Amino acid sequence: MARKGVHVKIDELKSDFGLLKNFELSVGRVIEEKWTEPMGPTPFPSVIALRDWDMKLLQRYRPFYLPYCDVCCLCTFGKCDLTQDKRGACGLNMASQQSRIVLLACCIGAATHIAHGRHLVEHLIEKYGRNSPLDIGGLNIDIEAPVTRLVCGIKPEKLRDLEDVLDYCEEQVTRLLSSTHTGQEGSNLDFESKVFHAGMVDQVGMEVADIAQISVLGFPKADPEAPLADLGFGIADVSKPTILVIGHNVPSSVGIVDYLTEKGLAGKVEVVGICCTAHDITRYNSMAKIVGPISWQLRYIRSGLADLIVVDEQCIRADTLIEAQKVKTPVIASSEKNCLGLENRTETPPEKTIADLVENRVPGVLILDSDKVGEVAVETVIKVAPKRGKFKIIPEIEKIIEAAKECTECNECRRACPNDKPIPEAMKAAAKGDLNPLAEILESCVGCARCDSACPNDFPLHSFIVKAGEEKLWKEKFKMRVGRGAIQDVEIRNVGQPIVLGEIPGVIAIVGCSNYPQGGEEVAEIAEEFAKRRFIVVTSGCAAMSMAMVKDEEGKTLYEKYTGAFDAGGIVNVGSCVSNAHIAGAAIKIANIFAKRKLRANYEEIADYIHNRVGAVGLAWGAYSQKAAAIASGFWRLGVPVVVGPHGSKYRRMLLGRQDKPEDWYVLDARTGDKVYVGPAPEHLFTAAETKEEAIVLLAKLCMRPNDTSKGRAIKLTHYVDLHRRLFGSLPSDIHLFVRNNTDIPITMRDEVVKVLEEKGWQEQMIPDPTLLPRLVREKKG
Amino acid sequence: MSAKEESWQRAEIAGPKKALLILKPEVVGAMVKKAKRPILVVGHLAAEEYSKSVRMIDYAVRIGKATNMPVVATAHTVNEFIKEGFPATSMSAMDIGSRLADSEWKGLDGGGSYDLALFMGLPYYMEFVILSGLKHFSTNLKTISLDRFYNPHASWSFPNLSVKDWKENLETILAKLGEDRKDVNV
Ligand code: SF4
Ligand code: SF4
Ligand code: SF4
Repeated sequence: MARKGVHVKIDELKSDFGLLKNFELSVGRVIEEKWTEPMGPTPFPSVIALRDWDMKLLQRYRPFYLPYCDVCCLCTFGKCDLTQDKRGACGLNMASQQSRIVLLACCIGAATHIAHGRHLVEHLIEKYGRNSPLDIGGLNIDIEAPVTRLVCGIKPEKLRDLEDVLDYCEEQVTRLLSSTHTGQEGSNLDFESKVFHAGMVDQVGMEVADIAQISVLGFPKADPEAPLADLGFGIADVSKPTILVIGHNVPSSVGIVDYLTEKGLAGKVEVVGICCTAHDITRYNSMAKIVGPISWQLRYIRSGLADLIVVDEQCIRADTLIEAQKVKTPVIASSEKNCLGLENRTETPPEKTIADLVENRVPGVLILDSDKVGEVAVETVIKVAPKRGKFKIIPEIEKIIEAAKECTECNECRRACPNDKPIPEAMKAAAKGDLNPLAEILESCVGCARCDSACPNDFPLHSFIVKAGEEKLWKEKFKMRVGRGAIQDVEIRNVGQPIVLGEIPGVIAIVGCSNYPQGGEEVAEIAEEFAKRRFIVVTSGCAAMSMAMVKDEEGKTLYEKYTGAFDAGGIVNVGSCVSNAHIAGAAIKIANIFAKRKLRANYEEIADYIHNRVGAVGLAWGAYSQKAAAIASGFWRLGVPVVVGPHGSKYRRMLLGRQDKPEDWYVLDARTGDKVYVGPAPEHLFTAAETKEEAIVLLAKLCMRPNDTSKGRAIKLTHYVDLHRRLFGSLPSDIHLFVRNNTDIPITMRDEVVKVLEEKGWQEQMIPDPTLLPRLVREKKG
Repeated sequence: MSAKEESWQRAEIAGPKKALLILKPEVVGAMVKKAKRPILVVGHLAAEEYSKSVRMIDYAVRIGKATNMPVVATAHTVNEFIKEGFPATSMSAMDIGSRLADSEWKGLDGGGSYDLALFMGLPYYMEFVILSGLKHFSTNLKTISLDRFYNPHASWSFPNLSVKDWKENLETILAKLGEDRKDVNV
C-alpha cells in the first residue's frame, strides 16, 4: 500500500513559546489542516528534541544500574569485561552498557507495538478503506488521540492519517536503534534520554493501534459499562470443538468469529483466548471467552482442551507447535512475525489446507489472511475435534506418584524455577500419595516449564503440578469487564479537579504481564485495596485478567463489585496492551481539558503538568517483556512513576529519587520564579518492590504531588500513614517530608504526626504553583 | 552439597569476578569485627520459616544485638523486627542498594559510608542484581551474602548449604562475634 509523504511547512509561527521560523517537517503527505490550535514547540519531535526535559528528570531520578552480567558480547571485539571501572574495547563502560541494554529492550517493545499498529492499520484500510473515520467515543470524546496530538501535533481523523503517524514512529525507532551500535552513543544519560524517547514513540504506536481497531471493529467506545466477559480455565463448554487463540493482534480471531457468524455456527464452536488477543476478541464479540493470562498457555494446551490453536503475535510460547503436536492439536500461525517454521498456505485453496490439517499431514500452517484463517480454523476444528477426543498429556495421579518415587531430590527443578518453588519437597510428598504440596505450587507457578527442562529424569513437572491443582483450575469461572477503550472527556472534566487538588487520592494503573512472584491474587488484592479507598484503579492486559480471578464470599469478582467508570472507586479496564495509551491519554487530557494547557505538540509543558499535579502511578506487578519496558518508559517521560514487582529488578536499572538530598526537590513557583522545596513527591520514577505490602504502601506514597492542596495532601497522607501502620507496623519515618504546613496534617492523626514533626525539626513550607520549566514562570524576577 | 562456586539459580551466571566462598564461617566474624562501619540488610524472606521453626530473622536480630551494627529491613520486614522488639531501619531494597552504591552517602546516622554490607533474606534474583550493582558501582564497599545459597555477585558468599549446615555456620559466626548465647533458643 503506497503512502504519500506528509509535509508540514511553516514559514513563521508565533506561539506562546516564542517564534518558530522556517519550520519544516517532512514525513509524508500534506496533512489537511482542520485543527485550529496553534502548533506547539515540538511537533514530531526528533530524538533529541526533548532531551532537556529528560535531563531534568534524570538529574532528580538517578539511574541505579543492576547489571545482569559483567560482560558485553555485542560485537566481535568482545567479550569485554566491564567489571567495575573497566571499559570495553570500544571504550564503553558498565553504566552505558546497561543503559544501552535498556534502550534495546525499549526499542524492541516500541517496534513491536508500532509494527502491530502498522499491520492493523494496513489490514483495516484494505478491508474498510483509507477514509474510514476515527471514532473512539462518539460525542463523548473530542480528543480522539491525545498522545498523537501531543507528540506529533496533528489531529488524525481518518485511518489514513494514522499511516503518517506510524511513518514517524518507525523512523524514530530506527534512529534510536542505530544509536545502540558500537561506537555510537557513549553517555549513559543520553542513552536514558533515548529510552524515554522510545517510550514516548511506543505510546504513540499503541494509541494508533487501539484507536484504529476501536473505530473500525466496533469495540466498546469509551463505555464505562462495557459488558462482562466470561474468564477462566473452566469457562468453555469443551464438549464443543474449541479454538484457542493466543497473542495480541486480533484480525485472525475476528476472521474466526465472523466466519462462525456468517455460517450460522455460533454456539457450535467455542472460541477461547489467552493474553491480549482474548481481550480484543471479547471487545469485538460476546461469543468469545477468555482462558487467562499468558502463563495459562501450557496448562491449557497440555490439558488437551483446544482442538485447534491459532497464534498471532507477541508473548506466544516458542514451543507452541511442539506442545500442540503432543496433544494432536493443529496450529495456524497468522502473523509474519511468528511463522513457526510452517508452510505458507495463504494462497492455497482452503479445502486443501483443511484436509491436510484434518488428516494430520501437516502439524500446522501459516496463513496471512484473516478471512482465510477464519474459514480454515472453523472448518478444521469441526472435523478435528471428534478425532482428537480431547486428547491430553496431563498424567493421571498414579503416574505422578510412580514418578515421584523415582525423584532423586537433586533440586535441579527448583534451581530452574524463577519463583524457587519447592518442587523436590512436593515430589517427596507425592511419592507418599500427598499431592497437596504440588497443587499449592500451581498458585504461584508462572507456567514456564523450566522445571520440566531441568529435570534429569525428564519428568513433565509442570503437567504434574497442573494435575495436582486441577480441581481448583476447573472451578475457575469469573467475570471481567471487557476493555472499554478511552476515558471520556466528560469523565475527565468531572475528576480533573479532585485529582489535581488531591481530593481523589490518586490514579493507580495496574498493568502488564503475569510474571508474578506469588501468583495473580496479589494483583486483585492491591486493586481492591485502592478501589475501596476511592482511588481510581485503571487496568489493562494480563493484570486486568488476574484481578478478575478472585471472588468474594458472595461469589462476586472485582468487576462485578466496582464501577467501570473513571471515577473514585472505579476499576477501569481499558483493554489490551495497546490500550495502555488511553491511560497516558487520560493524564494528558486532564492537563488539556481540565487545566486548559495547550495540547498540540506541547509535550514538555504537559509532562511538567502531569509530573507536578496528576497523582498517577503505574504498577506492573508481573512485568516481564520488552513491551512492558517500553510502556513504562513512555510513562517516565510524562513524569509518571512506575513500580514493578521483584522480577522487574531484572530490567537492569531503576530511576530512584533520594529523599535524603533536599537539593533535589526544588521546583519553580510559576507565579514568582522562586525556587521552592516541595519534598520528594513523587519520590521515584522507577523502582521494584519486593512484596505486595511494600508495593501498596509505595503506591500510596507515590501519588503525592507538589501541587496537592492541603485538603488533598491530608487525604493522601491519611492513606499513606494508615497503610504504613497496618502493613509495616509503624508510622512512616519520612512523614515530615510530605507535610508542608499544619493543614496538611490529617486531623485524625494530628497528635502522633505532630510528635514526629517536632522530633525531626520540621519547618513549614509554602505550596507553590509548581513547574520545572523556567519558561512557564509568569513573572520573572530581576 | 559440595562447596562450589555454583549459583543457586542455575542461569544466574556472574563473572569474571565472582564471590569468594566462605569456607570458614569464623572469617566472616573476623571481617565484621574488623570492619569500621558494617551494616546488615534483611529482606522479607527472613521472616518466613526456613524449615521447622528456623527463621533467618532470629539470626538477624542476634547478629544485630551482638555487633550493634545497624540493620536495614527491606519491604515490610520492619514489622517483624518490631515484633521482636529490635530497632531496625525500614528502607526498600532498591533504596538501600542505591545508597550503598553512592560513595558519598554518609550512612543512616550521617557518620560516614559503610565498608561492609551483609545481606540476607532478599529474593535470590533480587539480591543477585543488587549485589551486582554494588560490585560494579560502589567504591569502598565489600559485600557478604549470608543466605543459604551461593550468590556470585557478592564479595563473599556461602556455597549452597543445607539448612543444618547454614545454621551451624551462622552459629559459628555468632560465636566469633562474641555473642552471649545463654538466652538463645534455636
Ligand atoms: S560493543 Fe564494546 S563493550 Fe561490547 S563487545 Fe563490542 S567492544 Fe566490547
Ligand atoms: S513451570 Fe511453574 S513450577 Fe515449573 S519452573 Fe516454571 S514457575 Fe516454577
Ligand atoms: S529435577 Fe527431577 S529428579 Fe531432580 S528433584 Fe526435581 S523432580 Fe526430582
